[in-house]
Amino acid sequence: MTTVPTSHPPTVPATKVAGTRAPLQLSEEHHLCPGCGHPVAWRILLEVISELGLAQRAIGVVGHGCYTNIVRLADIDFLQCLHGRAPAVATGVKRVQREAAVFTLQGDGDMASEGLAEVLHAAARAERITCIMLNNGVFGDTGGQMTAATLIGQRTKTSVEGRDPDRHGYPVPVADLVSRLAGTAYVARGAVNNAGSVAQTKRYLRRAFELQMQGAGFTFVEILTMCPTGWFVPTAEGPGYLVDVFEKVYPVGELDERS
Amino acid sequence: MLTRGTVVIDVQRCKGCELCIPACPPGVLVMSSRANAVGYRYPELRPGCTGCQACHAVCPDYVFDVYKYDEPLDIPDPVGSVEP
Amino acid sequence: MRAALLQGSDAIAQAAIVAGCRFFAGYPMMPFTDLLECMARRLPAVDGVCINAESEIAGVNMTLGAAAAGARAGTGSCGQGIALMQETVAEAALNEVPFVLFNMARGQQDYFQATRGGGWGDYRTITLAPRDVVEAVEHTQLLFHLADKHRAPVCLYGDYLIAHTHMSVAIDAVDHGPLPAKDWALDGSLGGTGRSRQVWTWAMGKANAPGPEPDGHWRHIAAKFEAIAQVEARHEARHTDDAEAVVVSFGTTAPFVDHVVDELRSEGVRIGSFRPVSLWPFPAAALEAATAHASSVLVYEINAGQMIDDVRLSVTDRSVVRGIGGVSVDESGMRQGSLLGVAAIRQRIRRALDLEA
Repeated sequence: MTTVPTSHPPTVPATKVAGTRAPLQLSEEHHLCPGCGHPVAWRILLEVISELGLAQRAIGVVGHGCYTNIVRLADIDFLQCLHGRAPAVATGVKRVQREAAVFTLQGDGDMASEGLAEVLHAAARAERITCIMLNNGVFGDTGGQMTAATLIGQRTKTSVEGRDPDRHGYPVPVADLVSRLAGTAYVARGAVNNAGSVAQTKRYLRRAFELQMQGAGFTFVEILTMCPTGWFVPTAEGPGYLVDVFEKVYPVGELDERS
Repeated sequence: MLTRGTVVIDVQRCKGCELCIPACPPGVLVMSSRANAVGYRYPELRPGCTGCQACHAVCPDYVFDVYKYDEPLDIPDPVGSVEP
Repeated sequence: MRAALLQGSDAIAQAAIVAGCRFFAGYPMMPFTDLLECMARRLPAVDGVCINAESEIAGVNMTLGAAAAGARAGTGSCGQGIALMQETVAEAALNEVPFVLFNMARGQQDYFQATRGGGWGDYRTITLAPRDVVEAVEHTQLLFHLADKHRAPVCLYGDYLIAHTHMSVAIDAVDHGPLPAKDWALDGSLGGTGRSRQVWTWAMGKANAPGPEPDGHWRHIAAKFEAIAQVEARHEARHTDDAEAVVVSFGTTAPFVDHVVDELRSEGVRIGSFRPVSLWPFPAAALEAATAHASSVLVYEINAGQMIDDVRLSVTDRSVVRGIGGVSVDESGMRQGSLLGVAAIRQRIRRALDLEA
């Protein structure tokens, strides 16, 4: 089988169209699992902030999870806050720094479990912030326990036989709840399972930040991310599990946009 | 094989997740048979890359730089897409 | 500025605004509610923000965010609601975000909460306990200064007597001196420069500039509070130079105690009073000096005995320390009961000193 060398840049005339390091990214090194969707979400978030010219106005409020590492890896102002509280903290930040692009980055455990009240009330108050929920249906950083977003039948460390409604109740669809509230200006759900979904999710993030900067109201983007470790699947099967299992309950698309 | 682009792969940072393999539309990425310094296999590139950046889009470990040639190259590929 | 007859809550609100407070968030709970209402009424006029939050937890986190973004910010409740805020107060102590926490308490049963803290970690909370509305106004301005000076959350231990009593008071701005600029505050402006800012209890820093991380950072925080303890203790001592008996009390019970002490002194009893103005740092050295020659140290507090622990830790001879207070609640469950009164205090002092009532 013929392979071509990939250890050095081309010696014939060529244009570099994409680099390992995203704008505003300080390092590519992280210790997240093979096949994790979070670093892909980090990258498109930083690209959107950079492309919209918000690098010197962005303030991120980050919850607790594997994704918290963005605070070390990205060259923007960050506050790392208590589990679930990011939308409340971001409320205080934005009410003081009114021209800033304020966003939260949280997992489903942080937002749907611990922080459900905070995100719903921030949306109801029409806070001009963008809340981002990375949804993999588990508390990944603590080893893979069930969250409020875990699917019926999904195996986790605290629902080893699979989530059973009789014992564990039903998942909470945060995006749908947020879209019911009058203060919400935009809700979308994306995914990072393939190049097409990554591009589409990036457009959702862009729209959310644009509407924030226009003062339209609360904006929300959920991003389904692979967690092969938490899902007990080989890394290569992560995208398939996301599409076949997660998208059945959490379909991708724009749920709501209001001006 | 007409080749419009190429990639530079940081094989030492790769964690062998294999997400780039199905992501590549022309199917020119294949996992190596050898491992990097920490034991992960990594992608290798065959002729036919279009520089579309799909691998860059899906890679969780940021291992790809992607290039587009000013002029497409014709790279000999005698064995075609058949695995050895 | 002219003095005006003001309800304590309104006086505190005006003092906070004079001190530059432009963000306030809280949840209604008596007797803190009036302060929240006053801030809601007054802040918009100075382009400030007051949010009636969905919970105490959300309120204190909003305040933390506003403070991290550079504003002078406040929140509060009474002890029962402050209990919900403990995690966030500790968080702000560990990530060095300054704000003022107003405990408009239902009584004196929050002393442990205020001085020991119910949050996680090696942190302390500067806490001032005013004796009346006039002192509360002074303390409010001082606390906003101390919060910024030390980059830490600080507490006013007020109560319903301060919240609801009307008193003649002038809200004069006090200049406590220069402070460094808040160059650590988050405004986004250093994004992309390699010097972007970070507020993080774990102080990991950035990939290009590693931080002290938990070990280094939490040692720094602990050392900071040790240093604060050396300089921010405050007290008031009356007639302790020749006192054989010293009555120790804090907050709004002190005027009652002082009234009785003055009465007893006029009857020839060699008695004085000592009031910690800062509950933390507790003025241990001053109390030790004030009681060096006392044969009785009587601790009057309306609770089961909380400050008495700090009194015992401070005096040379623990055996002379006695508690003369106790739990005492009125029929509403939210205010002190019959033990708060000059007759009861007089009787307890005299009994403790083996004197005829």
